[in-house]
Amino acid sequence: MNQQLADLHAMWRIRALEETILELRLAGDIVGSVHLENGQEAVAVGACRQLRPQDAVFSTYRGHGWALARGVPPEKILAELLYRRTGVNGGRGGSAHFSAPEYGFYGENSIVGAGAPIAVGAALAAKFDGSGRVALTVFGDGAMNQGGVTEAMNLAAAMDLPVVFVCENNKYSELTPINDMVRNPDLSARAHALGIPAVRLDGNDPAQVAAAVGLAITTAEHGRGPTFIEAHTRRITGHYIGDAQTYRPPGELEADEKDEPIVRLAKALNPDKQQEAEEKARQEIAAATERALAAPLADPSTAREHLYV
Amino acid sequence: MSETAKLTYGGAINAALARCLDQMPETLLFGEDVALPGGVFGVTRGLRKAYGERVFDTPISETAMLGAAVGAAMMGRRPIVEIMWADFMLVAFDQIVNQAANVRYVSEGRLAAPMTIRTQQGNAPGACAQHSQNLEALLLHVPGIRVAMPVQAQDAYDLTLSAVTCDDPVVVIENRTLYAGAKAEVQIGGPVAPIGGHRLRRAGADITVVTWGAITSSVEAAVDATGTSADVIEAVWLNPFDTEAVLASVRRTGRLLVVHEANLTGGFGAEVVARVTESGVPLKTPPKRVGAKDTRIPAAVQLAREVLPQTDEIAAALKAMTR
Ligand SMILES: Cc1ncc(C[n+]2csc(CCOP(=O)(O)OP(=O)(O)O)c2C)c(N)n1
Ligand SMILES: [Mg+2]
Repeated sequence: MNQQLADLHAMWRIRALEETILELRLAGDIVGSVHLENGQEAVAVGACRQLRPQDAVFSTYRGHGWALARGVPPEKILAELLYRRTGVNGGRGGSAHFSAPEYGFYGENSIVGAGAPIAVGAALAAKFDGSGRVALTVFGDGAMNQGGVTEAMNLAAAMDLPVVFVCENNKYSELTPINDMVRNPDLSARAHALGIPAVRLDGNDPAQVAAAVGLAITTAEHGRGPTFIEAHTRRITGHYIGDAQTYRPPGELEADEKDEPIVRLAKALNPDKQQEAEEKARQEIAAATERALAAPLADPSTAREHLYV
Repeated sequence: MSETAKLTYGGAINAALARCLDQMPETLLFGEDVALPGGVFGVTRGLRKAYGERVFDTPISETAMLGAAVGAAMMGRRPIVEIMWADFMLVAFDQIVNQAANVRYVSEGRLAAPMTIRTQQGNAPGACAQHSQNLEALLLHVPGIRVAMPVQAQDAYDLTLSAVTCDDPVVVIENRTLYAGAKAEVQIGGPVAPIGGHRLRRAGADITVVTWGAITSSVEAAVDATGTSADVIEAVWLNPFDTEAVLASVRRTGRLLVVHEANLTGGFGAEVVARVTESGVPLKTPPKRVGAKDTRIPAAVQLAREVLPQTDEIAAALKAMTR
């Protein structure tokens, strides 16, 4: 399979997973707040295809696709969201706070910006443990305004730590446009100011993301410290399931849907091949959903385990 | 001029905020998504339109939000800040504990920080560990910070007004499961009550139950289901806490049960029990607390149920203590 087709397939896997999660949430099998990343798949796909087994990913609540792209089996993600015993955390993490370290996925985070300093710590450990690990943390445009993110970037810069900071700039933080909350819309300028090499790129193009992350890993491997990537993308769904999206100007969603990464990449590819990529992804997710639903619910009597050693 | 309106809990808070903005030109209302979007729970809907620039959206910068509230309050404004989830105030706890709480005391009263922090807390089905905590005890350990916790729409209205009018920092802890509940008749426009006091939700002879927050309805349900003759004291104000009212009740009933959704260890229930036992009021049976287990809160509904206090657990405690 050529790279474009592989990327398309990887993005379809995320899209199919998210669409399934939406159905399960609307049907009431999943309850509570769920954040989908429809439209943003190219960032996770482009980044994760460059990562090596020893690398560590720290995402946000919008992390199902990052986990999937990192190699977590869809059945285990779905089982987690469905509170099954077979979920990656046996239902304790749920949609917004699960981890699967055995796949290099060190977890979602539901506190905006909190993953960045933790990723710096994973990179700090790499300085001493000989693992060759690079830590990648992804967060949104809004998270740039959380003080801890700037602190994390500066610490990584000052210590030349192997971190890749990926900012998914989807234009909104919840219901508020990022440009109303900053004076300088170039978020990468903050990284520059801290002495961190930074790029702004089209986050709807997995190839551009992959190239930048590849370079960032090489930089980190050579002891030259962190990189910052501002990936411009659009979420073509609500901030969470149930978001009425009244904050969007008329026509915005329609325009974004025309330029979302799957639609865009599909244009470049042979129709039969793309359909095959989509179908293969959908079949995989459907089978995973069936198995996840059939698994037993996590046992309430275990609720108090694992608080301490 | 007092009148009544049919309002939800969220609507009652909105009405109180509107009145504050209307009658106190020094008030400011800000937070994430509160102005143009009207709040993620819709509580502040319409206020930006009605009151303009005094109502504004902020970046996701809790430290800057709370610090700006402290500074503006020191200069005579009366900021009302929304921290979307109590869990998020932890990223900016310095501004509450080291800053706001010290302003009046250390300046010998030359300065004050008349600010209100509106937040909401607790578990709702499916919520993750970082969106489920009950953190009132952290705040109650801090002298200098007032804490209110309304459950009924009338109290949501009244306590919000009292908080904003208070010349010290007040945290009003709301609950998102209540915002869009049934509408109730709410008296609006009446005189503003000073902070403090309690609500007697049931009156009885055999046991005193002290509770606060959304779990109050589980307490009421347990009292009713077991037919217990109980005083149910809802501590709508936790600082100042109405110790005298609790002591007076326990003096009659001789029994004390405290119920809160927060986990037991270091919870404010321990403080209530200590105050009652230290007072020397004779007790017919050892006092008891019901709260969440001392653990993290799992997202899975069936696991969370195991950890959080349930009505049957409260009912069992009532029966065991009054047998
Ligand atoms: C410290 C903190 N403050 C506020 C929130 C509430 N919140 C959750 S997501 C979000 C918006 C985040 O926007 P952005 O960083 O752009 O990420 P996106 O959701 O767009 O992917 C907010 C304000 C939170 N979870 N944590
Ligand atoms: Mg965003």
